[in-house]
Amino acid sequence: MMELFVFIVAAAMVLGGAIGVIVSKHPVHAALSLILTLFGVAVLFVAQEANFLAAVQVIVYAGAIVVLFLFVIMLLGVDNAENLRIEPFKIQRPLAAFVSVAVFGLVVTAVFVARNANTAAKGNGLEVLGDDGAPIHDGNIKALARDLFSDHVLAFELTSVLLVIAVVGTVLLARKPRKADLQEAGS
Amino acid sequence: MLALDSLLDNLKLWSTEFLIVIIKVLVVFVVGLVGTMLMVWFERKVIAFMQNRIGPDKAGPKGLLQTLADGIKLFFKEDLIPDRSDRFVFKLAPYLAFVPAFLVWSVIPLGGDFSNGKDGTVVIFGHATKLQLADPPIGVLLLLALSSIAVYGIMLAGWSSGSKYPLLGSVRASAQMVSYEAALGLSLATVILVAGTLSTNGIVVAQNSVSRWHVIATGVVPFVVFLIAATAELNRPPFDLVEAEQELVGGFNTEYSSIRFALFFLAEFMNTITMSGVIVTLFFGGPQPIRFGGVNLTLSFLGPFAGTVLFLLKVMVFLYVYVWFRATLPRLRYDQLMNLGWKLMIPLALGWFMLLAAFRVGQDHGWNRAVVGIVCLVVLGACAWLLSYASKVSARNREREGAMF
Repeated sequence: MMELFVFIVAAAMVLGGAIGVIVSKHPVHAALSLILTLFGVAVLFVAQEANFLAAVQVIVYAGAIVVLFLFVIMLLGVDNAENLRIEPFKIQRPLAAFVSVAVFGLVVTAVFVARNANTAAKGNGLEVLGDDGAPIHDGNIKALARDLFSDHVLAFELTSVLLVIAVVGTVLLARKPRKADLQEAGS
Repeated sequence: MLALDSLLDNLKLWSTEFLIVIIKVLVVFVVGLVGTMLMVWFERKVIAFMQNRIGPDKAGPKGLLQTLADGIKLFFKEDLIPDRSDRFVFKLAPYLAFVPAFLVWSVIPLGGDFSNGKDGTVVIFGHATKLQLADPPIGVLLLLALSSIAVYGIMLAGWSSGSKYPLLGSVRASAQMVSYEAALGLSLATVILVAGTLSTNGIVVAQNSVSRWHVIATGVVPFVVFLIAATAELNRPPFDLVEAEQELVGGFNTEYSSIRFALFFLAEFMNTITMSGVIVTLFFGGPQPIRFGGVNLTLSFLGPFAGTVLFLLKVMVFLYVYVWFRATLPRLRYDQLMNLGWKLMIPLALGWFMLLAAFRVGQDHGWNRAVVGIVCLVVLGACAWLLSYASKVSARNREREGAMF
């Protein structure tokens, strides 16, 4: 009963936020709606006892990424409504329509295929039990860490390398060419 | 669901457990508000003392009720909403600043019986409970999450005012808070590494004597980094560029008045108190008695309140330190602030975390501690040299090229 109530509220947050992102004309309002969605997802994580994921969701996505979105919007002063008639990239809209229909179909198919699967019962998988059979207070996090740093350590390290490459690439792209280099190219 | 409190398992409406939880919520809320009121008075008094003034002394004994009077005055002021503001966001922003400040209280252990290695549970009306509102498994991660949410209040307040100075103030604030959050998180990670748990209660239980307080167990450096990063995160002097009066009129809250301004003010001071509470919890044993060698200061004559009194005494020290900072240190320049954050605090916190982790691994494998220490020092020294060399080269290039913008 409680779980259903939490699910309804969180799902309303997620959907409301998602619709808000699309509908709001103002980039800042869209970013705020995105935060609402992210919080809704965090609540759903908590309801599934994935506490660590919920915390990371809030810290990384709501706390860092959307803050950077807002920061860029404010710093560059693009906070005025976009003119929707101008289409800089012709194929974008038909492509977007196709992708959204495809993703919707994928989700519907996934739900349809998995309708007979067993749902995870409480204490099944996510709640880690100690030697005495009682759940460990933060066993979930410890199990996650053990998994991440032993079985999946290669994927983990590769992801961090990817992030470093992204950062270095951004710095290189954003760097203005030095005057000396320009002169060399000119002469 | 989130395992917050053992009382919440099998909770029935209007049972004793239910009432205890309600009382705890109310106590945390009221203590937070009253504490903020006293903190404002304390800060004004101490600053006045340091500057050879008297400070507020008219309302109530020793001016204790001055904050209350100011608060009531603010409530009755006209509430202005600027013409060019974004009305919805303008109204929302004070709450976004205020709510996270309150929520941090919920995970800080405010007292309890920690004498002789007990885990802080006390018995109220025949029910064992901890003197903290919630003890979620993610514990200190919740603190990080809330401090990252607190950015939004300031950021959106400045932006939605539709005015230049608040916008500049909020852009400064968000850059500052995001930068120092990394150092804050990294120094917090050393505490988690040593305590071996994320739960705030577990962190307090791990510090059962002065030599095991994390300020000593992690080797002082993370504490210093945390203190500096927390001061920057709070936007308190010497890092109060957000509201540098000489440059920005009043910073992000210039356009706010009446109750909305009061909420920002309240959030700022409450954040100072909660951050002191967090520092005490993480590094100074929270409500743990002070046990050092033969000395054992448990304040046992206070009975069940001993833990709370010890916690408050420790928090008071840090509140005084924050006021002391404000009275003593001049404000940093913006580039100094960013250099300190990115080039000193983050590498230092990261390096120290690696050092502690290396010792931990060495302990598990039975390596010689001296060898581990020397290897670590060589590696970290090389990294530090590279970093300083890189920043020297870039500084030289900047000098030669002139300003980039």
